[in-house]
Amino acid sequence: MTRALITGNQAAAWGARLARADYMPAFPITPQTEIIETLAGWIDSGEMDCRMVMMESEHSMITAAGAAAATGVRVFTATSSQGLMYAMEMIYGVPGMRAPFVLVNVSRGLQTPVTLEPDHTDVLAARDSGFLQIHCATCQEVLDQTLIAYRLAEHHRVRLPVIVNLDGFYLSFTREPVEIPDPAAVDRFLPGFDPETTRFRAGEPLSQGVVVLGSTPYSYFRYETHLAALQGLPAYAEIAADFAAQFGREYGALETYRSDDAEWVLFIMGSFATKAKDAVDRMREAGWKVGLVRPRLLRPFPDEPLRQVLAGKRGVAVVDQNLSMGKGGVLHSELASVLYGQLDAPPILASFIGGLGGRDIAPEEFYEMIQVLHRAAEEGKPPPPRLLFTGDELREVRKLQAIAHAERTEGLK
Amino acid sequence: MYRIRFHGRGGQGTKTASRMLGTAFFLAGYQVQDAPRYGAERRGAPIFAYVRAAKEAIHERGVIREPNLVVVADDSLVPVPAAGVLQGATARSVMLISSSESAATWRDRLNFPGTVLTLPAEASEQAELCFVGAACTGAAARLLGVIPRAILEAAVREELSALGEDIIRRNLEQALAAFDCMEPHAGSVNEGVAFSVADAKAPDWIDLPVDESDAAAAAIHASATSVEVRTGLWRVLRPVIDYDRCNRCWWVCSEFCPDSAIKVDADGRPEIDYDHCKGCMICVAQCPPHAIAAVPEQEFSEKTP
Repeated sequence: MTRALITGNQAAAWGARLARADYMPAFPITPQTEIIETLAGWIDSGEMDCRMVMMESEHSMITAAGAAAATGVRVFTATSSQGLMYAMEMIYGVPGMRAPFVLVNVSRGLQTPVTLEPDHTDVLAARDSGFLQIHCATCQEVLDQTLIAYRLAEHHRVRLPVIVNLDGFYLSFTREPVEIPDPAAVDRFLPGFDPETTRFRAGEPLSQGVVVLGSTPYSYFRYETHLAALQGLPAYAEIAADFAAQFGREYGALETYRSDDAEWVLFIMGSFATKAKDAVDRMREAGWKVGLVRPRLLRPFPDEPLRQVLAGKRGVAVVDQNLSMGKGGVLHSELASVLYGQLDAPPILASFIGGLGGRDIAPEEFYEMIQVLHRAAEEGKPPPPRLLFTGDELREVRKLQAIAHAERTEGLK
Repeated sequence: MYRIRFHGRGGQGTKTASRMLGTAFFLAGYQVQDAPRYGAERRGAPIFAYVRAAKEAIHERGVIREPNLVVVADDSLVPVPAAGVLQGATARSVMLISSSESAATWRDRLNFPGTVLTLPAEASEQAELCFVGAACTGAAARLLGVIPRAILEAAVREELSALGEDIIRRNLEQALAAFDCMEPHAGSVNEGVAFSVADAKAPDWIDLPVDESDAAAAAIHASATSVEVRTGLWRVLRPVIDYDRCNRCWWVCSEFCPDSAIKVDADGRPEIDYDHCKGCMICVAQCPPHAIAAVPEQEFSEKTP
């Protein structure tokens, strides 16, 4: 075991290296490129035995990843944002092949307008695809979850590809101390890929991505993929327990922080959750009974564990670092569907949209969210959804618009 | 927790400087977080990088809102609003500027609420621009007062290990000289405090109005706006044509210029548009008769203050 200061991107690369990935189709995109650069460096120097192929697009990259996984080799690949969008046809296509592999997504907001900075709208577009999703909050978690993701993807009852998500900039380019496990220890946790019957060969032909005529077989195959995804929940629990036993780091489907005796809970996904943890500590110092719950697994969604940890709470502030146009925060809807109708569900479930395009969330904003819950509970009235956006920010936009207006009217002369 | 922010321009080793300091903290037994922030990566453009260090686990992320130490590797960044050099500085902040001007001048000019120190010319004069970062790291390490000289040396070696002994030696000279010259101010940077609930002001959240779609579309209506952006300000080296050596080939420098900042007239005489030349030095490298020299911008700014 080595303890090193590495970025989230390097941590993902270490995950692929320690998993002994055999094949890596690749395509560069900011802020993910450092992952494939790091792996390419190791392959070039002979430190890693892997076949890397630069594809002409992410669409081809995901196709190649699925096809290679169908031959029974261990596959790693990575993308981000618009790259994930470009691959989307195949993101929805490959899970039904039931050929497991790991895709690391480095979250970055989607256009328009274009940004380089993170939010989760990109990876949530893959939410209904059949890929399982694990979301990370630290660089250590990126490495560890990449290893766990292979066990999950390759689990006998699952056999689906898995996305490991990390936030651009806040993790991808941020160095933190990371324990890099010994290869031998990883080999014990994650033995070589047993492809079972997944072993396409030239001499044993197989057709994948086939057509079915009629809704009966279609419904059957689609629902089977869903059932397999649901099997991911018990499988994940078993694998995370194995990981904790071997490496001492606990990765439940939910991270709970000071939430056992909390009356008010912040619900937030990804690296901003560590900022929320800090805020929880400050609020606890002030005597507020606040805790945090963070989903690590987004697919399958940990319905029952969430009902348990949130039972009896007075209010939950859901912070969505994403935006579903015409609806609002995706996690808010997901959590509402889990809690609705439960007799001991929190009466207040407030929606906050924040961190879009990497916009910072200040400590006082977390404090205010809890105040909003308080007031809502007192008034017995659910609060409307709230975008984290201040008067100063609007003034900044208005200034830019004033310049744009001047340029535009000048242009009409 | 220590919160340190480095400001510089692409190519001055600002990210490397933050990493050398991060590694030094790490080797000194601290929990560390370091990260660079930039838009599109390019030479000469303003970038900043930050380092957090604490004895306990670090949960804070993203930009630093109240820096304990601001290190400015390039004093031409101070008046650039987008660089945000003064962002979040308080009476408890220390600012270190690599500059040939005095600390008193900067203090008066900026009305800085905290302490201003300069990394004096003696320490950085002979330094080529790319070593400024190392000097800044050395000075910062001494100002923090918790990083021993030997650990600074080990951190510089570790961060630059892939670059060979000569580069390491030259960076070390800069880092250690700056470390030594900051001796009178050793330990003058204090750790910051947590943002307590009691001190917090409620955020000024507003409800966004529904704007007309033409205003709310992310479009740029004016034409040729890139001409207005004087990217020449990013330059740290200026290409200067020696017309006695220029053989009027009429195309090599202008063709290779990625910014179309070199025009050639009917006689084949090239002219560089310094408002838009970013100083990439591709023309310097490509010119067949070696008629273009790379001259530090500093030499021009000294002549015309």
